[in-house]
Amino acid sequence: MIVESILIILKVVVIFAALMTGVAYSTYFERKVVAFIQHRIGPNMTGPFGLLQPIADAIKLLFKETFIPNMSDRFLFTIAPMISFVAACMTLAVIPVGDWLNIGGQRIQLIISDLNVGILYILAVTSLGIYGIILAGWSSNSKYSLLGGLRSSAQMISYEVSIGLGIVGVLMLSQTFSISEIVRQQSGSIFNWYFFKQPVAFFIYFISALAETNRNPFDLPEAESELVAGYHTEYAGMRFSIFFMGEYANMITVSAIASSLFFGGWNGPFLPPVIWFVIKVIMFMFIFIWIRGTLPRFRYDQLMRFGWLILFPLGILNILITALILVL
Amino acid sequence: MWRDLKSVFWAIPKGLSITFRYLFRKSVTQQYPKNKPVLEDRYRGLHYLTRYDDNSERCVCCGLCAAACPVDCIYMEPAETEDGIRYAKIYEINELRCIFCGMCEEACPEEAIFLGHEFEFAAYERDDFIYTKEMLLANYDNIEKERVAKNIKPLIRKERQEFKTPAAPLGH
Repeated sequence: MIVESILIILKVVVIFAALMTGVAYSTYFERKVVAFIQHRIGPNMTGPFGLLQPIADAIKLLFKETFIPNMSDRFLFTIAPMISFVAACMTLAVIPVGDWLNIGGQRIQLIISDLNVGILYILAVTSLGIYGIILAGWSSNSKYSLLGGLRSSAQMISYEVSIGLGIVGVLMLSQTFSISEIVRQQSGSIFNWYFFKQPVAFFIYFISALAETNRNPFDLPEAESELVAGYHTEYAGMRFSIFFMGEYANMITVSAIASSLFFGGWNGPFLPPVIWFVIKVIMFMFIFIWIRGTLPRFRYDQLMRFGWLILFPLGILNILITALILVL
Repeated sequence: MWRDLKSVFWAIPKGLSITFRYLFRKSVTQQYPKNKPVLEDRYRGLHYLTRYDDNSERCVCCGLCAAACPVDCIYMEPAETEDGIRYAKIYEINELRCIFCGMCEEACPEEAIFLGHEFEFAAYERDDFIYTKEMLLANYDNIEKERVAKNIKPLIRKERQEFKTPAAPLGH
């Protein structure tokens, strides 16, 4: 019993530390990749190849003044970034990093909690993140923040529907809600990956995930040219960086879910499972950044039309066709 | 609907392929303070006043550069030596007003003033940007030292006399 609790705490600490390092270095990765796309060099001054840049950024943000604007709701203003950050981190609890592992007679599963309704948990927790954004927009007492928060909540709610529909396509084939079980079903050959069985579902999921994490080309909540910085206009210092970390943690979890559900998670030849998982997540992060370096921002009405009139019907159609094939 | 589909299945992958190709190209960033930029020969930077080989100044204070200057940043007062050679008693260029157009070097009949390659001459006081004759001559001395060190051919005429002999008539 004690051993098990210690193991769980250890797993939480390790995964949280890995997530935080991942968040720090995905900012570096993003800056480098976007720089290369634009024929620039990117950060290269702090440390070799600028590898210490995230640490320098963190130190800078820590020493900045934490400013609360006049007439704002102090309590909500303080709590909003925490909500979105915690919600972003909690999702990773049900994502399997690897299969069972035997260490000193102890069987360890490389997942914090193997919930049998893992996917429902993910959908529930990612919805919580919206509260952070809405509260930030509301409590800042600024028109830009409010508009950014409104846009963001509308966008996330509409795209959550299609994210769910995309996942349902996989669930119908896997007949289970447990993510580690879904990953196990994809072992064996590359053609067992659900990407090849449910390509439409994958594209629906991926596009909605872009919108869900407020990334380009769906980064309307932060549209600089219209809304200054959207819901975190009034934030500075550590509070701002918590929002920022939450956003990148969200990107990582969304990539992890995509690789688990559609690309076989930890499955892969030669290398250890954890490495395969990390490679897949990094590949998805690269695609996120690649898209950011390529596409311009959607207009707001285009975004809504795309979500409700194209992705949503497509998701339902995909489910119908999958059901038909399953029945036949 | 058809156009939307076309944009998704054709335009977006095309754009992505372009950005992916750009990933591997050489960056055009100049790492400025670390690596100095390569300047063209005709680059117009800080002025310098040239000398003859016997170290006398070329400038005769004719005022043509000040007349040519579109922003009136050159001020000069003439004087004469006992031998009757005219020279500039005061010669000042206000580098804050100067637009580095190069009209002064074009106007100069004595090939006395040129614009060099120096562009890092920041200062804390506005008064420090008024370059006197001594400073402009010192610029020339520095440039000359570097030129001799690198063994580059001088661009300007060497002899004072070359001006005084009339040009040979054409033809015949």
